[in-house]
Amino acid sequence: MPKKTAKAKNAGKAKTMREPAIENVPMQLTVNGRACSVSVEPRMLLVELLREELDLTGTHVGCDTTYCGACTVLMNGAAIKSCTVFAVQADGAEITTVEGLERDGQLHPIQKAFGDCYGLQCGYCTPGLMLSTHQLLSEKPHPSEKDIRKAIAGNTCRCTGYQNIFKAIQTAAQNAKGN
Amino acid sequence: MLSQLGEEAKLLAGGQSLIPLMKLRFANPRHLVDINFIPETAYIKEDKSGLRFGALTRHAQIEKSATAAKIPILHDCAAGIADVQVRNRGTIGGSIAEADPSGDWATVLSTLQTSIRVVGKKGERTIPLDKFILDAYTTALAKDEMVREITVKYPRPASGGAYLAFKRTAPVYPTASVAVQLGMEGDVCKDAAISLGCVGLTAIKASEAEALLRGQKVTNKTITQAADAARAAADPQSDTRGSAEYKRTLVGALVKRAIEIAIRRARGEQVQVEHIYA
Repeated sequence: MPKKTAKAKNAGKAKTMREPAIENVPMQLTVNGRACSVSVEPRMLLVELLREELDLTGTHVGCDTTYCGACTVLMNGAAIKSCTVFAVQADGAEITTVEGLERDGQLHPIQKAFGDCYGLQCGYCTPGLMLSTHQLLSEKPHPSEKDIRKAIAGNTCRCTGYQNIFKAIQTAAQNAKGN
Repeated sequence: MLSQLGEEAKLLAGGQSLIPLMKLRFANPRHLVDINFIPETAYIKEDKSGLRFGALTRHAQIEKSATAAKIPILHDCAAGIADVQVRNRGTIGGSIAEADPSGDWATVLSTLQTSIRVVGKKGERTIPLDKFILDAYTTALAKDEMVREITVKYPRPASGGAYLAFKRTAPVYPTASVAVQLGMEGDVCKDAAISLGCVGLTAIKASEAEALLRGQKVTNKTITQAADAARAAADPQSDTRGSAEYKRTLVGALVKRAIEIAIRRARGEQVQVEHIYA
């Protein structure tokens, strides 16, 4: 009996909380070099568009509170937290997700370095970290230790203790130098 | 558009405070007006008297700007806000208009001569910063007005400033922060501005601490006296970031360090400032 009441209460709540239908907004964006035309709810977050509409599930949602950086993608080359940008704000933008790093089946040097240096354990934070690394190395090809610390301060890893992530970023920078 | 939409509309600038607040249902605007697509709103310009920042200038843009670094305390602030990702999106105008008690810009800009140029249906007006932020999350903006530009006057010659924030990790707001701007003449302090952040509903001007420095030779003793006065001026709340007493102690230590850096900078020394992490 109490269960039923609770259910009925919730049902009533859901009804009163429902907002009037809001029309979808058409938008265009480029994701990993591919032009996409989509129609989204204005309230949809960029990370939801990437994961749920475009099936790019490499971008993760960790905290959903602008803290952990698991949802980091590049928007016009700059690392951003895609849980804190509305999808419609990316109208006309160029987005790069972790799926866009590889070229012709070859891992990007950053991806290869993270693998080679064991810069990950569970892997949840890895896509975000690699995209933060991407912005760092495009601005500072020879980063100091301090540069690296600053660049990944917005990405939380709960497994590695960061040491191997450091090594991976340093290795990625060195490998890029060699190229 | 804002005047048409009425009371329940809110502007969306960088969204790095507003979107998290909306997720928590602390903010629940019926309409959001995204102003990111308006051209010519992100710029840093200089003229004879100071610097001008377009409302949508991102923290990252200010961090990387040699022009903004002409007032070193501005670089201290921009380079220390949250993390790379947030600095790439968040804007100086949004930070000021949001008037979050834990925001960094209001604390720093209140130690300089800062005015906010706002525009609305009735035209433009310029409001000094201390008349602009009225309370936590409350500004002098009318419902149909928006921030257009932030102007900062150059401090007098032989000035130095520093902004130090104490944080648990990069993405979170500081536990406490301190901005100091001093105008020196030799060892004597001519002008002093000290602001305390995250320890009150708005940035707190530590007037008594300023008075203890003004006109005085700056020695360890005067610095300690100023730090004590600043500690007394702080009005912190106990929360998950620390107890009120802890934050007060922190404010004293930060004021000391910031004064020391400000004096060195006033002498022309290049001093790198980084936020302090727990």
